[in-house]
Amino acid sequence: MTPESVARIRDLAEAGVTALRKAGADDGEARVEESHAALTRFANGAIHQNVAADGTEVGLRALVDGRMGIASGDASTPERLAELADRAVRLARLAPRLEPPAVLAGAREIAPVEGAWSEGAGTSDPEARADGVSRLVAAGAAHGAVGFGSWEEDRATVAIATTNGCSAAERRSRTRVLTVMRHPDGGTGYAEAVGSGPGAIDPGSLGDEAGRWAARGGGATDLGPCDLPVVLGPYAVADLIFTLGLLGFSGLALEEGRSFAVPGTTIGAPGVTIVDDARDPGLLPASFDDEGSPTERVTLVERGVCRAVVHDLGTASRAGRASTGHGLPAPNPWGPVPRHLAMSAGEAAEADLLRPIRRGLYIRRFHYTNPVHPRLALVTGMTRDGCFLVEDGAITRPVRDLRFTQSYLDALVGIEAIGRERRLVAMDPGVVLAPAVRIGSFRFTGATEA
Amino acid sequence: MQPLLQRALDTAASLGASFADARLVRRREETVTIRSGRIDGLTISDREGIGVRVLVDGAWGFAATDRLAPAEIDRVAALAVRIARASARVQPFPVRLDDRPPARGRWETPCTVDPFTVPLEERIADLAAADEAMRGVPGVAFTESLSTARREWKEYAATDGSATSQVLTHTGAAIEANAVAEDEHQRRSWPDAGGGYRSAGYEYVRGLDLLGNAERVGTEAVELLQAPPLPAGRRTIVLDPAQLALQVHESCGHPTELDRVYGTEASFAGTSFLTTDRLEQGFRYGSEIVTLVADATEAGGAGSFGWDDEGVAAQRVELVRNGILVGYQTSRETAPRIGRGSSGGMRADGHDRLPLIRMTNINLQPVPGRSLEEIIAETDDGIYFATNRSWSIDDRRLSFQFATEIAREIRGGKLGRLYRNPTYAGHTPSFWASCDAIGDARSYVMNGLANCGKGEPVQSMIVGHGASGARFRNVDVGVGRS
Repeated sequence: MTPESVARIRDLAEAGVTALRKAGADDGEARVEESHAALTRFANGAIHQNVAADGTEVGLRALVDGRMGIASGDASTPERLAELADRAVRLARLAPRLEPPAVLAGAREIAPVEGAWSEGAGTSDPEARADGVSRLVAAGAAHGAVGFGSWEEDRATVAIATTNGCSAAERRSRTRVLTVMRHPDGGTGYAEAVGSGPGAIDPGSLGDEAGRWAARGGGATDLGPCDLPVVLGPYAVADLIFTLGLLGFSGLALEEGRSFAVPGTTIGAPGVTIVDDARDPGLLPASFDDEGSPTERVTLVERGVCRAVVHDLGTASRAGRASTGHGLPAPNPWGPVPRHLAMSAGEAAEADLLRPIRRGLYIRRFHYTNPVHPRLALVTGMTRDGCFLVEDGAITRPVRDLRFTQSYLDALVGIEAIGRERRLVAMDPGVVLAPAVRIGSFRFTGATEA
Repeated sequence: MQPLLQRALDTAASLGASFADARLVRRREETVTIRSGRIDGLTISDREGIGVRVLVDGAWGFAATDRLAPAEIDRVAALAVRIARASARVQPFPVRLDDRPPARGRWETPCTVDPFTVPLEERIADLAAADEAMRGVPGVAFTESLSTARREWKEYAATDGSATSQVLTHTGAAIEANAVAEDEHQRRSWPDAGGGYRSAGYEYVRGLDLLGNAERVGTEAVELLQAPPLPAGRRTIVLDPAQLALQVHESCGHPTELDRVYGTEASFAGTSFLTTDRLEQGFRYGSEIVTLVADATEAGGAGSFGWDDEGVAAQRVELVRNGILVGYQTSRETAPRIGRGSSGGMRADGHDRLPLIRMTNINLQPVPGRSLEEIIAETDDGIYFATNRSWSIDDRRLSFQFATEIAREIRGGKLGRLYRNPTYAGHTPSFWASCDAIGDARSYVMNGLANCGKGEPVQSMIVGHGASGARFRNVDVGVGRS
């Protein structure tokens, strides 16, 4: 994807808007994404899946007399684009009138962001990925562990145009490498790195990190249901922050009365500050959202107090304010979603986090978490790839994976200390920049079996 | 054979592929979504493209495109070969495939009422009426409703002479009512959370009677706000067919995927406790009444088809017979490792994804003798769980915890009071060992899930689960804080 692709995809989006007008739309929106994705997966130290896919998808949203229809597909020729526009208009004419009416992005200035695109993106060919996988696997093998994982590279040019004058386009890229190392003694370890390009990723260090933890995890001891203090590593904290974002920090959730995130209320410990910032170069940024609104930094929690939720054009309009640039592509029944989350770092070194704990747990990662009671952010899930007993301020023995059933809000309030190092973790969708934290009490309701 | 497929295979073979297959897939989907009466999701999507999979030097490569021009097909086939050669650098054990005969023929999902011939106005009206009826119940805060029809035209060809053509049609629908008060948010759905799906025409959606169920769904959501939470304890539980379907999905479907057993999902979704030594040992998975099959031939099942995405004919395979592990869901690559032929479970989510072992219809076989109602009637003291609300299971598919939208007390064989936020938890083999009653064919329901995720990049698949409701003893319920 070249700089010229931005102009070409922007032109295609604007041609989509013109096609909508010609087809009879009063107003309309076109979203175009040209993508290239490549992924190399490995298991048992060997590559078992290796894929690449190219595609261009056009989504057209037609508004006719206050009604809305959406058609998406490929638009490889002007005739095909006209056909798609015609379909969207025909759908709109079948729909009932929307009240309040749908809102489209206007001609707001969209400042470019740094870091959305890496010039290194796409320079990693299948041979380079295979060599990277070899280095990663070898680094884990040095600890006696066997490597599993994936190396993923995505590139896209995205453009959005509307009849209201929005015309936004940019290139975006992402490289993510992750690995689980499995040791013959039964231990497993995890490591991942994500960035806008492969340049900053060192596969050897990932294999080394995961291999070291795997080598420590053998001969796990059993622990029954219990409430214990915990230190959660950044991977686990990322799950906590991301899940809270999905469940509560959404204008739609607040509007429907199912959110805990009421601005002005205390929902976290005094040290907890969480922002969503799609303009931060370190958070896989984007200058506009999937509706064409410019992205904004939103402080969700400031020193424990909920400050705001994120909005798309629909929720913002109904709340009497402007979009914060958190819209998803139409149709979007989920509402706005924070996808560039960061929790502020604290001052604690890892040893500081562990030191006050007489008996507790150090948890690297959570698995398969799901809300049991969304309003209370009560979540169940398992520990995975590293769960260790902490005794007298130090990690001592591995523990067999535990099931927890815990309010993530209570956990946020219960944060006693925050680590000074942070790690960028990929989520679906988005990323979280997360530190490690110590929490006074965490509830474990079961354990897995040998 | 479709000329572009032939071109892809010829190009791959000329560049050194020992085997290649290709799929030309067009997918059209028409969806109506309504949120609290607002129809802002009237959508038609239409995608088409080709995916080429090759074996070179014993390693796989795959590439896909949506540009269907001859030169692009040549580029993609060559890219797949290049990728395979790169894979071979880190692939010490060459891939070997089973020797299934070349696949040839045509298959089409039987539809009584072709959903694409039903005017969209009618589909909108059917759904809007149900959504309005839910909103008419005092106390309902918001609603969501969905009606969808999907059709895939799929042409498959392979260098071994296989050439198949399929037209796969799925329909689905859902209504959901939500009630909110202070810290409580309660939800009821019909026919299942996220909707019900079948390989069928619009007759399936009509048969769901969305309008006839709407008021009940809304009323139950509101009633749940006042219901007490389910107390913690060890209880006899009865699962309705929809929740039982998800129990089967998570605790039998995924752990019997042989690629997962061999570790290819270890870095993502996890592995399986059902390792192949347990097949040889005759591992006891559940009680003697538990028989589970993978059946891609069952009429109407959301996971039914003619051939899978590597040209293996649809078939019925036993996974658990009378409580004993007897088989796996397999592919042409994995099946020879246990001395068998493929079970025909390889499917891909569109042209641009690599086929993986995916559930077809994983069914718990009904046990003659008692309907679900009769099982409840003979239960003195228990809890009836219906309609999934949340799910979680560990990475080997052993320790699970489920929540359902609703539970009712069973007292003296009768359904009694409601409980809100019900949960139950257990370990897969001991849970299935505690199964002492399964409903007969009168209670059998073919459920369909549209959101089974697997693989990287994540692929979403429609799968089926036949289940008739079942009873389990001594199960932990009311788990966790609420």
